[in-house]
Amino acid sequence: MTTATLTRVPAETARPGYSFRSTARMEWLKLRSVRSTSWIVLVFAAGMIGLSVLVLSHEHWATMAAADRATFDPTNEGFTGLALGQLVLGVLGVLAITTEFSSGMIRATFAAVPRRPMVLAAKAAVVAAVTLVAGEVLAFGAFAAGELVLRSPAPHATFAQPGVLRAVLMGGAYPCLIALIALGLGAVIRNTAAAISAVVGMLFVVPLILLPLGTSVQHSVGQFLPMLIAENSMTAVKPVAHSLSPGAGLAVLCGYAAVALVAGGWALARRDA
Amino acid sequence: MIEARGLVKCYGSTIAVDNLSFDVMPGTVTGFLGPNGAGKSTTMRMMLGLDRPDAGTVRIGGKSYHDLRSPLREVGALLEAKAFHPGRTARAHLTALAASNAIPERRVGEVLEITGLEKAAGRRAGKFSLGMSQRLGIAAALLGDPAVLLLDEPVNGLDPEGIRWIRNLLKNLAAQGRTVLVSSHLISEVAQTADRLIVIGQGRLLAQTTVTELSARSSLEEAFFALTEGSTEYSASNLAYQGSLS
Repeated sequence: MTTATLTRVPAETARPGYSFRSTARMEWLKLRSVRSTSWIVLVFAAGMIGLSVLVLSHEHWATMAAADRATFDPTNEGFTGLALGQLVLGVLGVLAITTEFSSGMIRATFAAVPRRPMVLAAKAAVVAAVTLVAGEVLAFGAFAAGELVLRSPAPHATFAQPGVLRAVLMGGAYPCLIALIALGLGAVIRNTAAAISAVVGMLFVVPLILLPLGTSVQHSVGQFLPMLIAENSMTAVKPVAHSLSPGAGLAVLCGYAAVALVAGGWALARRDA
Repeated sequence: MIEARGLVKCYGSTIAVDNLSFDVMPGTVTGFLGPNGAGKSTTMRMMLGLDRPDAGTVRIGGKSYHDLRSPLREVGALLEAKAFHPGRTARAHLTALAASNAIPERRVGEVLEITGLEKAAGRRAGKFSLGMSQRLGIAAALLGDPAVLLLDEPVNGLDPEGIRWIRNLLKNLAAQGRTVLVSSHLISEVAQTADRLIVIGQGRLLAQTTVTELSARSSLEEAFFALTEGSTEYSASNLAYQGSLS
């Protein structure tokens, strides 16, 4: 009896089952086998490089007012493309889960991996890896392209200057964090159009709502909005008033992503698929 | 073997499944019969841990689905046709699912061959006909070479050749000692493949029987109608309406 148990147990445990690793592999295969992924990365690249070039090639130092010269931040200006980039990578995060609900694929996924929070964690790992690589590559690309087209005598940014490398690295991390927030929202909302609307609302509509509420509200609340964190904290080399420090901005966004993903995991586990 | 005990599922004030208990035995094809809306699909989703029962349990090989370590190797399921991303190829769809349970990639080629989809493997699944989509769903169910198969209306959309193919497939799978549960709302269809029957209506168990036993008393269809009488959604008023038209 004892020997039988002893010989059987290793056989049982040796039998491959699902794990976080195998689930992440499934999610990677899913993400790379749909056309929308490559289209999204292409639009992201075009937006990041294109807008950096467009903005920095139109800076005319000679005609610039003294006040503008004082606040001119060539690193920050090169990240205008994040306005578009955050949205497209947000869409990638949303689609990574909502297309499974619209097609019914989610039931095949959950039948294969019944631990739903593990599925979301694997999706998050894959989405984070893809968007972080794309984000960093294009952040450095946008920075390099922008400095290349910026005409002297306008001051150029180099990595030797304090804060520039940090701003570029954080500029690349920002859209990845937005994609993770979007993935969490998608897991809660499930419907593609509604989840994308929520992402647009968070990124673009909430800042507009703050506009008529007066400067004190804008200053106190605005610094916690994702887009303003990107613009005034993470990619800024010259400090902007009424804004979080770069590190605090990054921490706040990581907090948002964590909250969205925990809410998403909870909603997936609780509701019927 | 599948054991369902006291399953209850409510949607708001509607009771979809009402204290349902039954066993599905290995080595035979079991037909899961009932009129539309009887709760067949809901029950199958509860078996797979997709819908949480309000009461009751389902055990597959003695375990709850959630506790299976390699679910695709133990249970294969076809719930609905077209449950895949329309832009993904059939091969990519199967490869991704196989990866989740560490099933070797060569198995993808095998199930494509079994289901006759080798030539269509590189095409986007969204362009598939209903029949091909069903075959892809069956291919996914067979990926882990599971001992238990749950198929919800698998003949939907199949042409006569496809229907004959699936009947033989199911019989062969059962002959290998597997547990095969096939739902349908057509008794005549199920009688061609199944030996045992579980008949439900309005979420309740009406009969747990065999095809031979059911057809002993009268014709199969008569017996089925007698069983499900009063548990269909629209029967009486529908008939009256048709009568007044003619």
